[in-house]
Amino acid sequence: MVVRLLRRRSKTKPSHWSVHRSAHLRSLAGVDLQLSADEQAMAAGEAGPGCQLAMRVLTRTAQAMGAAQLRPITGAHIDSCLYHGQAGIDFAARLVEGEASVVVPTTLNVSSLDLLHPELYRGDEETGRAARHLMELYEQLGCEPTWTCAPYQLEERPSFGEHVAWAESNAIVFANSVLGARTHRYGDFIDIAAAITGRVPDAGLHTDAGRIATIVIDVHQIAAELLAADVAYPVLGHVIGGLVGTDICVIDGLPEGTNEDRLKALGASMASSGTVALFHAVGSTPEAPTLEIALGGQPPERTLTISMADMRAARDALSTAELMSAHPTSSAPLRGISLGTPHYSVAEFGRVRDLLDGRRIAPGFDAFISTGRGVLTELELRGWAETLREAGVQIVTDTCTYITPIIEDRPGPIMTDSAKWAYYAPGNLGVDVIFGSVEDCVESAVAGTLVRETGRWDG
Amino acid sequence: MADLPLIVVEGDASGPVLELHEPLSFWGGLDPETGCIIDQRHPQVGQCVTNTLLFMPVGRGSSSASSVLAEAIRLGTAPAGLVMLEVDEIIALGAIVADEIYDHTMPIVVVSAEEFARGTQLGVAYLTSVGEIGAVEVGH
Repeated sequence: MVVRLLRRRSKTKPSHWSVHRSAHLRSLAGVDLQLSADEQAMAAGEAGPGCQLAMRVLTRTAQAMGAAQLRPITGAHIDSCLYHGQAGIDFAARLVEGEASVVVPTTLNVSSLDLLHPELYRGDEETGRAARHLMELYEQLGCEPTWTCAPYQLEERPSFGEHVAWAESNAIVFANSVLGARTHRYGDFIDIAAAITGRVPDAGLHTDAGRIATIVIDVHQIAAELLAADVAYPVLGHVIGGLVGTDICVIDGLPEGTNEDRLKALGASMASSGTVALFHAVGSTPEAPTLEIALGGQPPERTLTISMADMRAARDALSTAELMSAHPTSSAPLRGISLGTPHYSVAEFGRVRDLLDGRRIAPGFDAFISTGRGVLTELELRGWAETLREAGVQIVTDTCTYITPIIEDRPGPIMTDSAKWAYYAPGNLGVDVIFGSVEDCVESAVAGTLVRETGRWDG
Repeated sequence: MADLPLIVVEGDASGPVLELHEPLSFWGGLDPETGCIIDQRHPQVGQCVTNTLLFMPVGRGSSSASSVLAEAIRLGTAPAGLVMLEVDEIIALGAIVADEIYDHTMPIVVVSAEEFARGTQLGVAYLTSVGEIGAVEVGH
């Protein structure tokens, strides 16, 4: 069956696939969407009204993407479980009432609440109840209550070439770039629609052609000493995201075998300052064994060179507070640090533990680290969770400190090692932010005042 | 890219033209309660998109944008219509879901760079279901 135009459901007639003729949209979109027999059955409501609604959302999106067909997936990661208002609840409730459930293994992104440490939530009760209700709806749909923005840190994760439907921008860019799995840039609603139907539009990043880099990012001018430090990666991502927008780039000049945590920070940052869903890094990501292969054998459309000055400017742009300058104009002192955006890995916790080296966070100073409950379990087993708590670190699970009121509302900036946190927290929380390395963050937290090391940024 | 204009979400709209000078992430950048831009790094922070014909070349950032847009449409703070240069599926989804569950259509159309530039010169403009953009003349 060919679907030419999916019109809004008539109020008097139930939705079905008697197609409203419109040569216009077909000719404008240029592509007809072909559905298999199974897909037609779902669209006709044979798998229930919830699945039918999911199929409508999926097919309308497929048409916007210019897909000629749908394709099966092996898993999904859902961002829709994070509460943004009644619309999200209304949609999920329609799916639950329509007896929908997921047909592939499906993990859940962060929510607004830390279910393991509920006392951390400082928001109003009504919003908290609504957020909890939304979480329950997604569990009722058959999703696993993983509550993490870093599903790639779970034991089960997609392998190279697997097609999945992942939402959450940092997870999308990681799945595509670092794992070599294939997901388009999915957002709320289509993530669960894909999990319920087991299908995605066969377009965009699911196709070979859609994954080829067109831009070369040359980072050879960045000092090796800087690239040897974790702090380079979120900053570099901030620069690149601003340059490439929605295009796919290949980074040339990173150390070979750059580790997953650095690639995670790089991607998360690129997906905040830009709309990056896939990048390649020669010698570090699976689809870029060489520059030529990442470019699909074609010459690049553009080559952009990142300078040390670009890096310093991006680092500075990530701070809203002016405490970093020689003559601070803000009178409120640094009052906390927030790490773990995206959710910290076990290795990243190990780094903080090593940096603390038995020292404690200064009295009255906040130190938050966000992570998934799966990582927390591992920290408990290793005894690290207790060590960190005794040092004054507050571990936050299931959510993140920049999307929900956890940090106390009082004057003074917060320091972070995350470009994504630095990017969004000022708008979400109304806080000032100072970006720094994890070393700077830990030293500041121990000292109870701003400590910054700037040496490796010279040159 | 298919022929333009491309109708991403079909419908009519009209309103004062507002052009975004930089891409905006709706999540963290737009308050659905007020319809105003809250991204402090955005050059148009404080401006409101409600009932405008919003010219936004591309989307940006978080995949939660769909939820924020759907919520803005539910609350009546969303733009009247959206004119873009590229299909942004995440933004499209917010409008598609609002259309499905609230029967409230916020049309989205992708146009050529020339058409986009022409549209941004209009004071108050209309968008038709076939993607035509024109000036609404005051007094008519």
